[in-house]
Amino acid sequence: MGSRGSTLSKIPNVDKLMQETGFSQAHIIRLHDRFRALDNDEKGYLCPQDFEAIKELAMNPIGDRIIGAFFAQGPQQETVDFNSFVKVLAHFRPTDKNRPKESTSPDPINSRTNKLKFAFQLYDQDKDGKISRDELLQVLRAMLEMQVTEEQLESITDRTIQESDTDRDNAISFEEFRKSLDKVNIEHKMSIRFLR
Amino acid sequence: HMDLNQQNCTNDAWGAARSAAQVWLSLVVGLIMLPAMFGVSLGITETYMKVLIKTLKWATFRIQKGRRERETLKPSPSNGIIQRDDGSMEKEIGELRRSRPKRPDGGDFTLSDVFYFSRKGLESIVEDEVTQRFSSEELVSWNLLTRTNNNFHYVSLRLTVLWGLGVVIRYCILAPLRITLAAIGISWLVIGTTVVGLLPSSRVKNWLSELVHLMCYRICARGLSATVHYHNKQNRPRKGGICVANHTSPIDVVILANDGCYAMVGQVHGGLMGVIQRSMVKSCPHIWFERSEMKDRHLVTQRLRDHVNDKTKLPILIFPEGTCINNTSVMMFKKGSFEIGGTIYPVAIKYDPQFGDAFWNSAKYNMVSYLLRMMTSWAIVCNVWYLPAMTQMEGEDAVQFANRVKSAIARQGGLVDLSWDGGLKRDKVKNTFKELEQKKYSSMVVGDDSSD
Repeated sequence: MGSRGSTLSKIPNVDKLMQETGFSQAHIIRLHDRFRALDNDEKGYLCPQDFEAIKELAMNPIGDRIIGAFFAQGPQQETVDFNSFVKVLAHFRPTDKNRPKESTSPDPINSRTNKLKFAFQLYDQDKDGKISRDELLQVLRAMLEMQVTEEQLESITDRTIQESDTDRDNAISFEEFRKSLDKVNIEHKMSIRFLR
Repeated sequence: HMDLNQQNCTNDAWGAARSAAQVWLSLVVGLIMLPAMFGVSLGITETYMKVLIKTLKWATFRIQKGRRERETLKPSPSNGIIQRDDGSMEKEIGELRRSRPKRPDGGDFTLSDVFYFSRKGLESIVEDEVTQRFSSEELVSWNLLTRTNNNFHYVSLRLTVLWGLGVVIRYCILAPLRITLAAIGISWLVIGTTVVGLLPSSRVKNWLSELVHLMCYRICARGLSATVHYHNKQNRPRKGGICVANHTSPIDVVILANDGCYAMVGQVHGGLMGVIQRSMVKSCPHIWFERSEMKDRHLVTQRLRDHVNDKTKLPILIFPEGTCINNTSVMMFKKGSFEIGGTIYPVAIKYDPQFGDAFWNSAKYNMVSYLLRMMTSWAIVCNVWYLPAMTQMEGEDAVQFANRVKSAIARQGGLVDLSWDGGLKRDKVKNTFKELEQKKYSSMVVGDDSSD
């Protein structure tokens, strides 16, 4: 038994985190509980093995890439602290419909553009701003593996690039990516609703 | 003569200690052990429980009042923090592709397909059905045990005093009492069964053996301050049958054996456990396997079958989950127990987490620290339901039978029925699960005329 908010006091910079991510205090506390539950050895940070231990994630065809999104800050990044953990999850917060459309304040993490950027980075592993043919092939291979032949993979890749690649450089830039997903309801499909 | 004085002093001290121990022991024997052995209750436990419940209710009320005053967070039950859309892969990806024209062969790949998988992946990072089952259940309101004090913070002086009093009572009064009882119970078990084992095989021997087992388990149950409510006693497992139950902790055995005699099944251990096992098997046939024998499934099944076919032998007690789960759900039942044949008597065990958390998190605590935690909780309160006997039906294979029994137990105990393998506690997910997902997705990508 200690001072007010024994859990709250363990989280550094709660107010700043709330401001940057838009999560409420209750949500941040829930996420902190989850962070601690995943952190088996009570290290105070998470490493890839902690994520790999999540059973439902292990059967996700692109599970490895999703884990990679948490360790994307640097090539040798091996740990993710709570702040970074929450910031990545903030991408999937439902968009605030009541936000006024000013262009002065920076986009919140869960804006449509930033959600698209998150998805784009799942494809663009070398972060050169383009999804090359090879990168697209790799994603398809991860999602389908044994179920289709190599020829089918290649033809699907070529077809997809053909549809979206407007400047004919055999790669998909972020703008081409955004344009081809213009009609998709990203705000709804890339959002996780918290119950409380 | 200085030495003589000192000697006298120490002698006096020893004498005082000895008589104190004698008084203590006779109190324990008279008030707790003897009634327990004969299944009689003096009402001490009932009074204790009533006082405890009243105190906890008051404490909960105070915490809630304090919470309202400060407008702090509502407590969060372990019922899910995010809304999961249970739409199938086809439905979700279909909606993502809605804006595109449909292709003639029905298959398609779009850049937006990845949204489905990434959302599912992040949902599982925030919350998943399986990982949470291997750690203790979260309480809705604090029960004045330090170990469950996760989200509850300081409310009032009175509560702190009460908590402090609780610590003193639990560690200085209850724990030594319980340890004494447990020690008596275990030593009685070893001595009693060894003595009974010396008799020649006869009905008297069996009756005596059952008596010894029951008495000692009752003492051990008192050693845990276990209050068990048995429901539907008419469905109690009979000889020549197999009793299956959900597994939460090693204490399950004591809870069940308190009300009936079972033949235990398990691995041979060394140390104290080994001594207990060896003496138990002298008085009535239990089934202990060497580690090497456990690998041979055929051998295991055969030995169990031989036991079950002998209608004079006690029912076998098996926990088909194979590992301890945190009592909020029932996980996959291994089909081995259901291939033996014979009648299955399902039993559902549900602990009340308000009085003590019975789940054994073997990754966090070893057996000794776990038992000490049990003995410093308020009490162990649980409900045991004996379900009607089940047998394998025509055309039903072992796996389907196992699932049927599992659902019945889950329904009775109010537990979530999961198909995940409890072995996931330690092992990685098999690749077959991922392949299933890939297969489902591939039929959406290459359409109906896929080649494989």
